[in-house]
Amino acid sequence: MKYDDILGAPIANVSRRAFLTGIAAGSFILSVGLPARAAEQKYAGDGMPNGLREDPKVFIAIAEDGTVTVLCHRSEMGQGVRTSWPLVVADELEADWAKMKVAQAQGDEPKFGNQDTDGSRSMRHHFMTLRRMGAAARQMLEQAAATQWGVPVTEVEAVNHEVVHKGSDKRLGYGELAKAAADLPVPARDSLKLKDPAKFRYIGKGETPLIDGFDITTGKAMYGIDAKLDGMVFAVVARPPVLGSTVKSFDDAETLKVPGVLKTVAIDGTPEPAVFQPLGGVAVVATNTWAAMKGREALKIEWTDSPHSTYSSETYKATLEEAVRKPGGVVVRNDGDAEKALAGAAKRIEAEYYIPHLAHATMEPPAAVVQVANGKCEAWSCVQSPQATRDHLATRLGIPAENVTVNVTLLGGGFGRKSKPDYVVEAALVSKAMDGKPVKLTWTREDDITNDYFHAVSMERLEAGLDDAGKPTSWLHRSAAPTIISIFAPDPKQEADWEMAMGLIDMPFAIPNVRIENPQAEAHTRIGWFRSVYNVPHAFAVQSFAAELAAAAGRDQKEYLLELIGAPRQVDTRDMSVKWNYGEDPGVYLLDTKRLRGVVETAAEAAKWGREMPKGRALGIAAHRSFVTYVAAVVEADVSDKGVLTIPRVDIAVDCGPQINPDRIRSQMEGAVIMGISLATLGEITFKDGRTEQTNFDGFEVTRIDAAPKEIHVHIMPAGDYSLPLGGVGEPGVPPIAPALTNAIFNATGKRIRTLPIRDQLA
Amino acid sequence: MAFTLKINGADHAVDVDGETPLLWTLRDVLGMTGTKFGCGQALCGACTVHLDGTAVRSCQTAVQDAVGMEVTTIEGLSPDGNHPVQVAWREANVPQCGYCQGGQIMQAASLLKDTPNPTDEDIDAAMSGNICRCGTYPRIRAAIKAAATKVAGAQ
Repeated sequence: MKYDDILGAPIANVSRRAFLTGIAAGSFILSVGLPARAAEQKYAGDGMPNGLREDPKVFIAIAEDGTVTVLCHRSEMGQGVRTSWPLVVADELEADWAKMKVAQAQGDEPKFGNQDTDGSRSMRHHFMTLRRMGAAARQMLEQAAATQWGVPVTEVEAVNHEVVHKGSDKRLGYGELAKAAADLPVPARDSLKLKDPAKFRYIGKGETPLIDGFDITTGKAMYGIDAKLDGMVFAVVARPPVLGSTVKSFDDAETLKVPGVLKTVAIDGTPEPAVFQPLGGVAVVATNTWAAMKGREALKIEWTDSPHSTYSSETYKATLEEAVRKPGGVVVRNDGDAEKALAGAAKRIEAEYYIPHLAHATMEPPAAVVQVANGKCEAWSCVQSPQATRDHLATRLGIPAENVTVNVTLLGGGFGRKSKPDYVVEAALVSKAMDGKPVKLTWTREDDITNDYFHAVSMERLEAGLDDAGKPTSWLHRSAAPTIISIFAPDPKQEADWEMAMGLIDMPFAIPNVRIENPQAEAHTRIGWFRSVYNVPHAFAVQSFAAELAAAAGRDQKEYLLELIGAPRQVDTRDMSVKWNYGEDPGVYLLDTKRLRGVVETAAEAAKWGREMPKGRALGIAAHRSFVTYVAAVVEADVSDKGVLTIPRVDIAVDCGPQINPDRIRSQMEGAVIMGISLATLGEITFKDGRTEQTNFDGFEVTRIDAAPKEIHVHIMPAGDYSLPLGGVGEPGVPPIAPALTNAIFNATGKRIRTLPIRDQLA
Repeated sequence: MAFTLKINGADHAVDVDGETPLLWTLRDVLGMTGTKFGCGQALCGACTVHLDGTAVRSCQTAVQDAVGMEVTTIEGLSPDGNHPVQVAWREANVPQCGYCQGGQIMQAASLLKDTPNPTDEDIDAAMSGNICRCGTYPRIRAAIKAAATKVAGAQ
């Protein structure tokens, strides 16, 4: 089965009929080769592995019938990239949206540039490349028409899918010009004429329906779990419940008696640090997934002991508490003399904040269809990192990466889980053991919850000294959490620079004496990126503590927050000892406190901050910069006499710079509000004896529609100037939600929540 | 065991253990993947289909219990994909990743069949079994109300 069959993408037509294209197999590529490995620091897309590619002959196809197909090399997981990318190209190309299509690129970074769909950067890194490719293709079409008519190119103009001659009524459709245009060289970058943003038809308008909307609402959309190959068999895997355990022995006699079960396959584990390689275990292969699951239930497995088998969340919490209560951690920021200022303060405030492990719980669990045969491997899967998938398959199978094809399906949620393609490698190993039969391998929800790459558990301790006027003169923050580096390197105990640059070191308040420390912490389970990553605990701590200081000073939360942020200023985060600025040039992406103030004021005004409320109801506010975007949220919380929490309304203001697809910015903010509420009120994974105590949505609860706010109002800060740098959108909405909620609960009840989730703490 | 299932108006012969959930029969045996696996425990609603017009969780419906009933999946909710709920979903750009939306739409269609003009409380009661991890709930609520208005307007 071919890629086009499985994804329903119009590749077959493209390959026969499209000319301005590199989408067809074996197509030529103009800009071959990796970007030069220069010594100087590179930022944005250029700083990513395999960099950026910008070639309309690779990414844009125009067919004889005028259909324009944009090749999207980012993974669609709900952020809307498969709609927003063609939208940008269509605008610069002067294309008719009704004639735009999207095709999904395979994993091939040497050809397409970096494909890691993470870090809220798909549009941020590619807006200009997409614009330039669209403009280049438009100019090629114009040149082709001018040549055909024998007129100067200055006399022709592309308008709504046609090139017209200004001096006559001659006009040619894009389809008619495609072949001639494809034979032309791609214009040099400095000869491109980008559209005046005032003439944008689609960019910034937010009126574009989702390109996959019809397929999604009719059940035709294809996710990784939906891929189908002829002769396919189905597998699930029994994995070690404790990290580091391996199969000592297993008995599959009962398993093989289950109707439909075909075979069991032992999968070797991967010694730590395993990066994205599988945990190992025993796969059960059957004629359908249900039979495989029943067969797995009948397996008897003895696991080896593991040093992580004593991992207990209760004990570990105490370990983190101990770590943050004493000095001695790595000092990661030290402005002035925080300890001296603390000693001399009129008032000292301290607090500790705890957030447990969280599971991603994507609605589509990890799943893959893979066939390994004749020295080659072809995979269909829901992955955020197609090239890493390809590389991990090649490494594990011992074949060259050129022999590995990774087809990217839609992702039924990602949130960082699907950056780690261990499940694809598992499917490949099973296919190999099945003599090359295609295998669909599905993680059950229990597999997903018990063997996730969990969001890090964390403890944050803050201490501040206030002067007589209630103004802070010192700030001491100790942050302890296991690091994601633990899946890449043996036994690291400090957080990575980039983890601490997520709202910890880059604490934006105007306080003269600041000391930030990172005590050691060990990882005893797989730790991984979770939407907005370490910004979640850092923003919860910093923004909760800001409100605690306001209360100590007897001040209004919002007014005090604005005073903490201080006067408008633009800060180079390197001056705060920050070593990573979301991969962006810190000289370009300054920390702009005016923008942070702006979202605070906008959200507060929209929520009518200060309005009268019935008893038990109040507003709370929090603001946070992450992924070079500024977000503030005002949450309205209502706590009944019996301690039942409801959230009638949330106002969220976002300043992400120029806006490409406002509808998808709104939807990402709406979703971030729900995810933030979910982790604040319910989300918790706990370990006992090295295993999770939660296995499905009954134990790991997530927010449902009845507990969701009835009203979420998204306020996008205007930024008409499209030359300004773009911020991220997918993640930055999450961090301020939990503290805005707990700050509201404090204002409503006087109760300060410092440990998440809230659960029954209000009862 | 051989069974004949009537799915979206057509008969399908399947040969599976009678206890096999309808979900896996649809997905793995018949290749109808619009119905999604989410939890296997009737906790999330991703697998929602209609049995004789009423929403059920196909992960908890044994195939032998569906014999003789009309099974409707998201693929067969309407012949052209233009059921009022589907149209309302597209007009509100409800989906993000979209994975749960087939189940949400099937649940919402069942709600509107029984309760043509649902209140917020009706929506909470009917839809709280369906998880959306992307957090499309505000748009789901709005789309259900819009679909209700469409249906009312058409009558």
